Amino acid sequence: MSILVYTENWEGKFKKLSFELVSYAKALADKLGTSVTALSIGNVSDEELKQLGNYGASKVLNVADSRFEALDNKALADAVANAAEAEGSQIIIFAHNNLGKALAPRVTVKLKGGMVSGVTALPESTEPFIVMKKVFTGKAFAGIQINAEVKVLTLAQNSFELIETDNNANIETFDAGIADDVFSTIVNETNKVTGKVLLTDAEIVVSGGRGLKGPENWGQLEELADILGAGLACSRPVSDEGWRGHEEHVGQTGKIIAPNLYFAFGISGAIQHLGGVSSSKVIVAVNKDAEAPIFEAADYGIVGDLFKVLPQLIEEIKAIKA
Amino acid sequence: MKILVLISNVPDTTTKIRFVDDNKAFDTGGVQWIINPWDELALTRAVELKEAGEVEKITVANVGRSITEPTLRKALAVGADDAIRIDAEPKDAFYVASQLAQIAKDYDVIMVGIEASDYNGAAVGGMLAELINFNSVSSVSGMNIENGQLALTREIDGGQQKISIETPVVTIVQKGIAIDPRIPAMRGIMMARKKPLTVAPAIEAEERTAYVSFELPPSKAACTIVEEDNVKELVRLLQEEAKAL
Repeated sequence: MSILVYTENWEGKFKKLSFELVSYAKALADKLGTSVTALSIGNVSDEELKQLGNYGASKVLNVADSRFEALDNKALADAVANAAEAEGSQIIIFAHNNLGKALAPRVTVKLKGGMVSGVTALPESTEPFIVMKKVFTGKAFAGIQINAEVKVLTLAQNSFELIETDNNANIETFDAGIADDVFSTIVNETNKVTGKVLLTDAEIVVSGGRGLKGPENWGQLEELADILGAGLACSRPVSDEGWRGHEEHVGQTGKIIAPNLYFAFGISGAIQHLGGVSSSKVIVAVNKDAEAPIFEAADYGIVGDLFKVLPQLIEEIKAIKA
Repeated sequence: MKILVLISNVPDTTTKIRFVDDNKAFDTGGVQWIINPWDELALTRAVELKEAGEVEKITVANVGRSITEPTLRKALAVGADDAIRIDAEPKDAFYVASQLAQIAKDYDVIMVGIEASDYNGAAVGGMLAELINFNSVSSVSGMNIENGQLALTREIDGGQQKISIETPVVTIVQKGIAIDPRIPAMRGIMMARKKPLTVAPAIEAEERTAYVSFELPPSKAACTIVEEDNVKELVRLLQEEAKAL
């Protein structure tokens, strides 16, 4: 009956989002009078697994099976479904990220469930089961009712606070029972971004648009991001022009981010851009055009020359960090 | 190799979103319909691979009423060889995936955008794969065919991987699979009129989710404007008022 949470680790360490998921599941479990079981697939130490208890998991199913490292979607989904069946779970929670989006729909079909992706809060009601999500890429909210016994949710990033508990998680080894011939994904090469703050994990994001006039002007943005420990992003024209890589493009068709603080330098704020950043808690815009739509989405703004603002901002931030 | 590209018919991304029926339905009045941007990128890559001689045939398919046919014709004009419209109201993701499962098994590679820009479901591709027992690869940002073998690039959290996988497979694609969507040329538009567009009947399938309400986000408080030469004040506000630094 417990709620099952699919957690993700990064080279043996849990990501913050896994703790968000467990916190969310715990709050939901308290409403429903049940408990939380976390599923961990990968090579994670017991000490690290115990951390899931700190956020409310009472049981951790540990699948230390290196075959899953290739992230074969079918094999992983089968493993999650088997864990859900073993636990009798009727609610399964994933992150709304690359892996969560890949697995949740498959698990939903296997368990004959109903799925809502990108959920932003605890259910409005549990009987009937109604959850809210953003639709039209952030332009509206919708309430969706799940009419199946098994409910599968993917939780939007940064939409739930971490809640620490004094739970002690029982760690159990779980045999996912997946035959070798299910695994058909072969990884030939992995390129991990190193030494950079991941955009989707970043608490602060510094972003540049066409107003920067050219790739040669990114030095100050990089410096600002560096001092703030922030992720670097850009608008679509910037990545289309090849000034910056596509992995930095935030917006409707790029990455969708939800940091605590988003700085938009020289970005006019086309509706497609806002779709990717409007979930940020605080938006700061610097643009020379007072009529730019970014100021309608921003909380704080400077109408002026970003090349005059950036050096001042770097100095001020250095001063408060010192 | 035969490719099936799934097409979602969505409102143009600049559409002003409004609701009717006591906020229970999306107001389609005056809406311009387009190919879902991610599906359009998928189709673009499929056409590029066909031009490179790696693909024998591209079919596009959607679940929708006749109002969605101009969108399928546009996909034919971009370069698909034929189109299938399954005649049903696209309700929830499971219902749509169940419809597509009828036709999808005949293809080696199924391509679908990672989500549709209207309901942002990110579910149909994975559900379809499970229904027809194909493997799937999500967050695909690159696709090549080398000696009949599929070579994919996929995004993982914090990086990228190059992978190979046997067909048949469902690839769930995102930005990077193609950079700019292909715009139909006049010749393509003329040819599209003669390409086959088959209408298939819907099958019985469950709907497991239902939209019960919509609302627009609360209007945001006005932006606090700070002078260009007073960045110190901005930093103070971010620290003390917004508590964001």
